[in-house]
Amino acid sequence: MREMIRMVLAITILAAASGLLLAMVKNGTEAQIEAQKLKFVKGPVLNDILQNAANDPLADRFKLTVDGEEKTFFVAKYDGKPKVVAFESFGSGYGGTLGVMVAVDTETDKIWGIGVTTHSETPGLGARSKTDPNFAAGFKGLSVAETHKVKNDGGDVDALSGATITSRGVVGAVNKAGELYMANKSEILDKARTLVH
Amino acid sequence: MAKTLTQEFTKGLWKEIPPFRLVLGLCPTLGVTTTLENGVGMGLATTFVLVGSNLLVSLLRNVIPSKVRIACYIVVIATFVTLVELVMQAYAYPLFLKLGVFIPLIVVNCIVLGRAEAFASKNKLLPSLADGLGIGIGFTLSLAALGAVREILGTGMLTLPLQGAATVFDPSWFQPFSFMVSAPGAFVALGLMLALMNLVPSK
Repeated sequence: MREMIRMVLAITILAAASGLLLAMVKNGTEAQIEAQKLKFVKGPVLNDILQNAANDPLADRFKLTVDGEEKTFFVAKYDGKPKVVAFESFGSGYGGTLGVMVAVDTETDKIWGIGVTTHSETPGLGARSKTDPNFAAGFKGLSVAETHKVKNDGGDVDALSGATITSRGVVGAVNKAGELYMANKSEILDKARTLVH
Repeated sequence: MAKTLTQEFTKGLWKEIPPFRLVLGLCPTLGVTTTLENGVGMGLATTFVLVGSNLLVSLLRNVIPSKVRIACYIVVIATFVTLVELVMQAYAYPLFLKLGVFIPLIVVNCIVLGRAEAFASKNKLLPSLADGLGIGIGFTLSLAALGAVREILGTGMLTLPLQGAATVFDPSWFQPFSFMVSAPGAFVALGLMLALMNLVPSK
């Protein structure tokens, strides 16, 4: 009996100490990790779709809680106005979750540009969703107020050949982004205008 | 039986160098050594975990009840691995992206548990430190060598850590064996290197 208590105690204390240490380190590195993700994952995509912005969209960002989830929005300035707002949306691809950065032109409610941030798609097939500029260009100018489909499903977006499921995933993420944007438009615009002017 | 600290340290560099002499820890060995840089990164991460877990296991060797020792070792090792994962994400994010799932898999690397069970749980602090450092550096060297061989043969280039890629074989006459950077190439490269090492007679 005594031995049993000793065993339980030893493991409990060890696990508790480990948990405490890791919680502290996680707290300490959280901000730095987010900065790194911004720099290496979202940064390159944002710089690509928000070319020639008059400000630095990576720096001009705000957070908004939508449906209980905190999302980061990036504001880009064109023609002296906070014209474009970009945020990340997720869809399900062939190999797992697809992250898509969607930039919306707030004057026309049309898509300014999109870019895939994270994916686990097949190299050479679905992975082209991130690298093929023609695929991303197919989304430009689509209205965010409408729901879109790939052409194979009778819609208006060109799918990547050999990667229909990936293409559907990206379209799904874009549709979700459109819904989120339309539902929270006034709040997003308010925040964007106070941040960048 | 009393070995000196230097002997405990240097045995990991040749006599018991993993994964060549101790054929353990093959999962990261085969999985990440597509380039020199990945090999070095993985090796250093494993070395940190190995030294940390050896030290802690050695410190606690009289406190941990023997019936639950393996569970305790795994908790200790998993703690250090999570530390490495967080720190790597915070300060070396591109490397973290490349090593991906292999970082959490250090927890089940037999070398780490093997050293905790076979060495650190029976030895004092300093020899355990020397053992962990030696085996870890040996592992790093092995992964670096394997990564370099595969990268040179597979792509004709060599990426030096923190410096970028340099051409080793000119593409005008060298056709890279892309086979070498895929999974089967890892077995071939490992087998050839093991064979070469066995040519050198061990005492």
